[in-house]
Amino acid sequence: MKQDIHSIEVHNLTVSYDGKPVLWDIDFNLDSGKIIGIIGPNGSGKTTSLKAIMGLLKPSSGFVKIFGKSLNEVRERVAYVPQRESVDWDFPASVLDVVLMGRSKSQNLFRRANKTDMDIALQSIEKVGLTEFKNRQISQLSGGQQQRVFIARALAQQADLYLMDEPFVGVDAATESAILELLREMKSNGKTVLIIHHDLQTVSDYFDYLVLLNTRLIAKGTPPEVLTRENLSNAYGGQLTLLSKIVDLIKQNEFPVREKGFDL
Amino acid sequence: MIWQSAIDFFSFKDPNVVYVVAGIIFINSSAALVGTFAYLRKRSLLADAVSHALLPGICLGFLFAGEKNMPALITGAFITGWISIFLIDLIVRKSRIKQDAAIGIVISFFFAVGIVLLTYIQKNGNGNHAGLDHFLFGQAAAISKNDVILFALVFFIILFAVVLLFKNLVILSFNPDFAQSVGIPVRFIEFFLTSLTVLAIAIGIQALGVVLISALIITPAATARMWTHHLKKMIFIAIVISIFSGIAGSFVSYTRAQMPTGPWVVVILSLITFVSVVMAPKGLLRKFFIRKKNENKINDENILKTIFELKGFSEPEKNPIFSTLELTEKRMFDTKKLDAGLKRLIRRNFIQHKEDHFQLTTAGKKEAARIIKLHRLWEQYLLKRTRIDADHVHSGAEAIEHIITPEIEKELERELGIEGIPEEDY
Repeated sequence: MKQDIHSIEVHNLTVSYDGKPVLWDIDFNLDSGKIIGIIGPNGSGKTTSLKAIMGLLKPSSGFVKIFGKSLNEVRERVAYVPQRESVDWDFPASVLDVVLMGRSKSQNLFRRANKTDMDIALQSIEKVGLTEFKNRQISQLSGGQQQRVFIARALAQQADLYLMDEPFVGVDAATESAILELLREMKSNGKTVLIIHHDLQTVSDYFDYLVLLNTRLIAKGTPPEVLTRENLSNAYGGQLTLLSKIVDLIKQNEFPVREKGFDL
Repeated sequence: MIWQSAIDFFSFKDPNVVYVVAGIIFINSSAALVGTFAYLRKRSLLADAVSHALLPGICLGFLFAGEKNMPALITGAFITGWISIFLIDLIVRKSRIKQDAAIGIVISFFFAVGIVLLTYIQKNGNGNHAGLDHFLFGQAAAISKNDVILFALVFFIILFAVVLLFKNLVILSFNPDFAQSVGIPVRFIEFFLTSLTVLAIAIGIQALGVVLISALIITPAATARMWTHHLKKMIFIAIVISIFSGIAGSFVSYTRAQMPTGPWVVVILSLITFVSVVMAPKGLLRKFFIRKKNENKINDENILKTIFELKGFSEPEKNPIFSTLELTEKRMFDTKKLDAGLKRLIRRNFIQHKEDHFQLTTAGKKEAARIIKLHRLWEQYLLKRTRIDADHVHSGAEAIEHIITPEIEKELERELGIEGIPEEDY
């Protein structure tokens, strides 16, 4: 793999909901082969940033490049794990059904799953330790098991870059360490993993690099660089009241976030 | 009389009956097929808006063609049906009105316009507008041979599309964000699926009426979901339920001339749903039996426990003798439940009935000791692992003693380092 190219390049990214910037002029480059954490308080735009990288939200300005290219050119190399609560688990499907979804690509829309797809899906299920549950209905799984189903589906995609939205939420301690083990194995195989995380206790242990958000980029770098008292108090300590006042003003007055002609 | 009509209907001697049955099969299968995905995507209510919005389209189609020309009517219906979905979407995106209210507003608006147009046609119509009012509540008997061909065409388009796109429809319904992330053209497929839904509703309005056709989209899928966890089985069950109630409803409306079809189909369909709520694997009936079973278990085990508390088991050779009076004095038993419980315990060989008294058997003695043991183990566990006041421990163990399995019993013993029945009862 080309090491000189960034796995993700986020350039001046602004995303607004309803005229209100949730992410504002975010700018960072991420290396390949690392486990990277996105942290920040509730409502700081973490999920929005992941969705914007994955092309699920249209930025009002800025752009994202993945492995130096546009998403559509490298879509097969990226796997996305949404928040577990974002789907209704009372859907009529088995663990295997959901993991097989990871074998779908834009090139094989009309093709049914074949033997290879099946083998890869079963291997992925085994990696997350759900083999004995492979035919179980997903509604009958525990929260931790459901999270592992989502991770198995991402593994079945055989991507190089994994974007995971809060994979440790609502999972038991055993699942958390199993997932972490898996992430480290992926990293040793040269994969890049970008994870939204909110437990500050564990960030230093889990991540090689951190992006600290609160609508704007507060800090980026290695955990010791990011986890300074000043950065944390900026992001979490209610130091940004002025910023949120501006954000509210923008929404109230339906004001543009940038002046015309200064788009990039 | 009813038998004669049944024979007339189901012998298919009348070609009109053949058209009705064939038409209903194609209409109801189409609706159940797209309805399953509408249900899974939680868009069932949109079908209600669409069906009402078809009425103005039908009237416009009639005015345009100048006669009851089915393709013209369906085209008109299809167009206004789509406009209604577009309008709902627009209202939700551009105003503060949420989707439920937006659907309500759009339903009534389109229905009102439809009724205005319908009245206009009937009052001023110079052409043949006979049967246009069937579109309100449906008249399956009006299905003609040409209609059947049209319905079959729509059904096969829908079937072909669902089979071809099945994998994508499933991913889209379960997790649209993920579908988009792997490059499935979500927007296009959603547009296509919605078009198929509008089309399925449009072909059904003559037979079932705009007011009630949405039931064909919503109810079979919701009912089928109660019976299975497998998507393909769910689709199959939905189609079967839909066709059955369709044909049964058409039959009733056939035997009683002038009776609209739609209401009968929906009444029968809903009856199947009610039966399913009660009878389905996780239905009310099963809940009722499980509750009954648990109640009996608790009652019976309490009887055994009370005998232990009365007599103690200090003399291992003797099986204690007791009377119902002793039991009711010791514990507030409902006498009816006590009698039923004693009968069950006799059947299970835990108790023997001797002329004027009862005697515990050796097996019964063992069972009673087991229950006491579980009760005390759980008390010990609560005291060790949680902070609980000693006078609350006993009541906390009352219900739990009945549910502890042998595996948990072993684990409790291991964890507490206890063998045999713990001495103390709190």
